Amino acid sequence: MTVATILARKGIKVVTIRPEQTLREALAMLAAHSIGALVVTDGAGTLVGILSERDIVREAVRNERFFDLAVSAIMTKNVITGQPADDLSAVATTMTNKRFRHLPVLDGGKVVGVISLGDVVKTQRDEYLGEVDTLQTQLIGESAH
Amino acid sequence: MSDVDRPGTAARPLRVAIVGAGPTGFYAADQLFRQDGLVVEIDMFDRVPTPFGLVRYGVAPDHQKIKAVAVAFDKVASHPRFRFYGSVELGKHLTVDDLRAHYHQIFYSTGAQTDRRMGIPGEDLTGSHPATEFVAWYNGHPDYQDHQFDLSAERVAVVGVGNVAIDVARILCRTPAELAKTDISEQAFEALRHSAVKEVYLLGRRGPAQAAFTNPEVKELGELEGADVVVDPREVELDPLSRAALAQAPDRATTKKVEILQAYAARMPSGKPRQLIIRFLVSPVELVGDATGAVTAIKLVRNELYQTPTGTLQPRATEQFETLPVQLVFRSVGYRGVAVPGVPFNDKWGVILNERGRVIDPNRRQPVVGEYTAGWIKRGPSGVIGTNKPDAAETVACMIEDLARGAILQPAAADAAGADAFVRSRQPQCVSYDDWRYLDRLEVERGRALGRPRVKFTRLDEILTTLRERHGAGNH
Repeated sequence: MTVATILARKGIKVVTIRPEQTLREALAMLAAHSIGALVVTDGAGTLVGILSERDIVREAVRNERFFDLAVSAIMTKNVITGQPADDLSAVATTMTNKRFRHLPVLDGGKVVGVISLGDVVKTQRDEYLGEVDTLQTQLIGESAH
Repeated sequence: MSDVDRPGTAARPLRVAIVGAGPTGFYAADQLFRQDGLVVEIDMFDRVPTPFGLVRYGVAPDHQKIKAVAVAFDKVASHPRFRFYGSVELGKHLTVDDLRAHYHQIFYSTGAQTDRRMGIPGEDLTGSHPATEFVAWYNGHPDYQDHQFDLSAERVAVVGVGNVAIDVARILCRTPAELAKTDISEQAFEALRHSAVKEVYLLGRRGPAQAAFTNPEVKELGELEGADVVVDPREVELDPLSRAALAQAPDRATTKKVEILQAYAARMPSGKPRQLIIRFLVSPVELVGDATGAVTAIKLVRNELYQTPTGTLQPRATEQFETLPVQLVFRSVGYRGVAVPGVPFNDKWGVILNERGRVIDPNRRQPVVGEYTAGWIKRGPSGVIGTNKPDAAETVACMIEDLARGAILQPAAADAAGADAFVRSRQPQCVSYDDWRYLDRLEVERGRALGRPRVKFTRLDEILTTLRERHGAGNH
């Protein structure tokens, strides 16, 4: 299984925000789309960072008047990115070990999607459920003969 | 829409069209029939005359246990509100608008119908084929019976190490006695009986730890009656990156797979008439041909692995090349869905444009009311047959949610009899499920006489003639 398997069933929407937009706008977007992170891209569509719920929580604890800050002030700039052909098993290990929950996926330098740890877990769960089901069917088929 | 008007009752059943009668279509039908308090009528269409899709035409004929899943699908088809229409093709006999006029919901499960190309010079030389065409041919798919595969070749390359590649290599190595126990098509059985194949190369671009094949599949290769499995010890020695990846995320199945391959590398050939050679860390760069345009060799580049930021180990070409003389090449380097006429397509991933199974309108970026998808045409080709069950369940959950919100189609003619008459007017030769059961019985009977699971009908005209005789007998 690869990252592409997850992106294939996520439509075409990638929710992005510009670095100069405010955290107020960012919160509105996170709420409107029920997502946990925003990909930050510049005018040319190049990935410049990622802004997660955690980044905002951390800032809110330090600074109650954070709403008007620019996204660029608190976003994570060193973003680990994936590629469509990346193996899900490797992605799962890396996200767990490095403790991040959203992976922007680049193809030819362009952001083509974001996958969450939840997406990875669900896809792996479905893979295992499918294998168990297929094995059970074969065992039942065997005993019927 | 008020609750009173909402379909799903005995007086007014929810009418669903399922396009594609493979495993995903049957899983979805089963899940729809199991919804509490919902009365649903399902019409399932397939462009071929018979149901079960890749279970019949993809799964290898020597894997009858895997094909046994059809028994479960047959139970679904016994539901009184289920109908099958074989030989009915969307875009040829019916349009999406026709379906919208007769059903509340439309579900596409058309699979991944085409293979990816290698994109190298010489790919179209005579003797170079997509592995899926060979698979469809030996499984008796009516559209592939006129394909020619020159089995006078002594050396064959199979590019890829996924399950299709493994199936093709294994079938090429099977003895006539082994094949006689399968439901391989008569034509393929005859051709393979006289095959001159001596060496079959399976070519993997990454290392043994990254190979997609499962342990039962690789074990099976070591138990062939007529072929020794050959592995170069240097190619199954784990590289430092693979070793580190396994140390970080221990995985028993992968460790075991590497152990099995290393055990093969230590084996002495026992002198069986054929050899199945598994190669790793090589990619084809060119197919070489002779003056007549026939393949004579495959040029390979040796790969090394590198680590991407997510920890995936990917292959990268080195400067080392080798040339392998082969006369037949099967490529199995990935699959892609084909656009369904009238349905939005996501060309990037080769799937119907969708969100969790809801078909998405690319302009409005909103779901198309009443249209859904699941299986390989939703997520791309991945997983085993059973993987389509949770995948179909995700889509069916969307269908039920949308029904509850009243977001369904409002067909002008939502009655089963009307739809049946309409489909038959467009394709008078459509095949019913009862027709299929008749063909199934005949196939099994023909097989019994020969000690085989079944002997398939492989020609469309043969199927139509058989069914005409059946129906004709009742009318006179």
